[in-house]
Amino acid sequence: MEKVVGVLQKYGCAKENLIQIMLELQKLSGNNCLPKDWVAKVAETLELPLSKVYGVITFYSMFHTEPTGKYFIEVCKSGPCHIAGAENVLHMLEKELGIKPGETTPDGCFTLTKSSCFGACDIAPAIKIGEKVFGNLTKDKLKEIISSCREGL
Amino acid sequence: MEDIKILSARFGKIKPDSVEEYINAGGYEGLKKAVTMQQEEIIEEMKKSNLYGRGGAAYPTGIKWEQAYAVKKDPKYLVCNADEGEPGTFKDKRILAEDPLLLIEGMTIGAYIMGAKEGYIYIRGEYSAIQRIVKSAIENAKKAGYLGTNILGKGFDFDLHVVSGAGAYVCGENTALVESLEGKQGRPRQKPPYVKNCGLFQMPTILNNVETYSCIPCIVNVGGERYSSFGTEFSGGTKLLCLSGNVVNRGVYEIPYGLTIREIIYNLGGGVKDGKKLKFVHLGGSSGSCLPESLLDTRICYDDLKKNGLSLGSGAVLVVDDSNCVVDYLKAVMEFFEEESCGKCTPCREGNQRLLELLEKLSQGRGTLADIEKMKSIAQTMKMTSFCGLGQSAPTALVTLLKYFENEFIEHTAGKCANGKCSMNSKGVN
Repeated sequence: MEKVVGVLQKYGCAKENLIQIMLELQKLSGNNCLPKDWVAKVAETLELPLSKVYGVITFYSMFHTEPTGKYFIEVCKSGPCHIAGAENVLHMLEKELGIKPGETTPDGCFTLTKSSCFGACDIAPAIKIGEKVFGNLTKDKLKEIISSCREGL
Repeated sequence: MEDIKILSARFGKIKPDSVEEYINAGGYEGLKKAVTMQQEEIIEEMKKSNLYGRGGAAYPTGIKWEQAYAVKKDPKYLVCNADEGEPGTFKDKRILAEDPLLLIEGMTIGAYIMGAKEGYIYIRGEYSAIQRIVKSAIENAKKAGYLGTNILGKGFDFDLHVVSGAGAYVCGENTALVESLEGKQGRPRQKPPYVKNCGLFQMPTILNNVETYSCIPCIVNVGGERYSSFGTEFSGGTKLLCLSGNVVNRGVYEIPYGLTIREIIYNLGGGVKDGKKLKFVHLGGSSGSCLPESLLDTRICYDDLKKNGLSLGSGAVLVVDDSNCVVDYLKAVMEFFEEESCGKCTPCREGNQRLLELLEKLSQGRGTLADIEKMKSIAQTMKMTSFCGLGQSAPTALVTLLKYFENEFIEHTAGKCANGKCSMNSKGVN
């Protein structure tokens, strides 16, 4: 809870900084999610109804209320990636990881999701793992990326 | 063709957050000149420049700023829309990552005109690494006296903050962006009042796209007329285009207005990849129109595009070759809108879902001719009755593809997908 207080103070306990506060807390959580008690603390401090805070969290796609895998893989499925073969990329990842979009591997290493365009159309098809973007993907390249993630665990 | 580089001149050539390198490469000349001019004079130059908003709506910036300048209410806020989320668009990313001081200079000139003390750059959450570059550029500009208090010793103050989005396409809409800046759900507001009168924290707000602000230093520096002459009679200056899809050289290109779409694809882009044939071009992002080969000689210029029922939007040029199926492609487009609709108004929330369902039916060979008519009707309703631009423009791709490729849709009702992309075909990918 110290972390929460620290972040709240950094943002001057101001309501308009709710999204910035939550983004920072999610980063600090260690499992890429916003635990219930943290959200409650933020709501209480900012004098916002809990429902309103959850309204905001669930509106934006980057917030998670449940822990995600260490490697959060987003497969872009928008137009430019679609015509470059995003469907194949998704199938390959599903096969390699043994999970469907929206699921996390049992060992908690990988979460697979479909995402909207993140502006990597010049290297489509592309995926994003955390902050890192990987493009011009082929089967071999994907295997390499996944195995280097596994080594990094 | 004169090779004019206004926005991209420094891309990859300087350390993006270094004020010193920016100045050595011609930076801050616009601001230095601006602070010696009267505010009205600068606005006059902007009007002469024929600069149209580069985010997609293409509103004349000079007029927008003249109106905002006339609003007598304090404080005024300056906001930059860096929530680049339109699929196929990755130009603002380049400015933010490779020449953020150009944007900062443009905003500082804006602050000088408007008398704004605070500004916000709302950058999409997906660009988190780039946010750090922009923050560092802001800090360095402050240290060098180009931002903060008593800028250039001229006694005016302006501070800039980077605010992160958190994954919502709709926040690219001006009023939704303002809501998000206030820490709320990014749902659009009723207009009017417009943000220039009543925007951030209910105060007058000047809101422009990254690329639009980045044009201002050059306009001040060379003058509106000279800037305008780089483009066509009605569309001044240059534009960053994002070339993607089945084309040899994908990337961001700065072009003077007036080039044709064909020149862009074949001269700059090196033509269609793997020797295939072009089927259509999706112009302006997923919310833009699709055009067939026969319209490729249209010039990139607001008037010419409009005459052909097209618009430039954000500057995305997605090339799609003839191995693709229009129904399959549209499914990807509509999945995007179905996911990104904020749910505030019924036409957009329901319309996108229904259109996606009907496209799925078609792609499985279960669609009928009546379904095609139903899609046209839903699209029309969405266009006319959606609350904001997102819903109004979401069916544009569908409407234009139906206009140029209706036969292909009809073939699907007979269970045929000539390209083998849809699942009903035994050769299909599913």
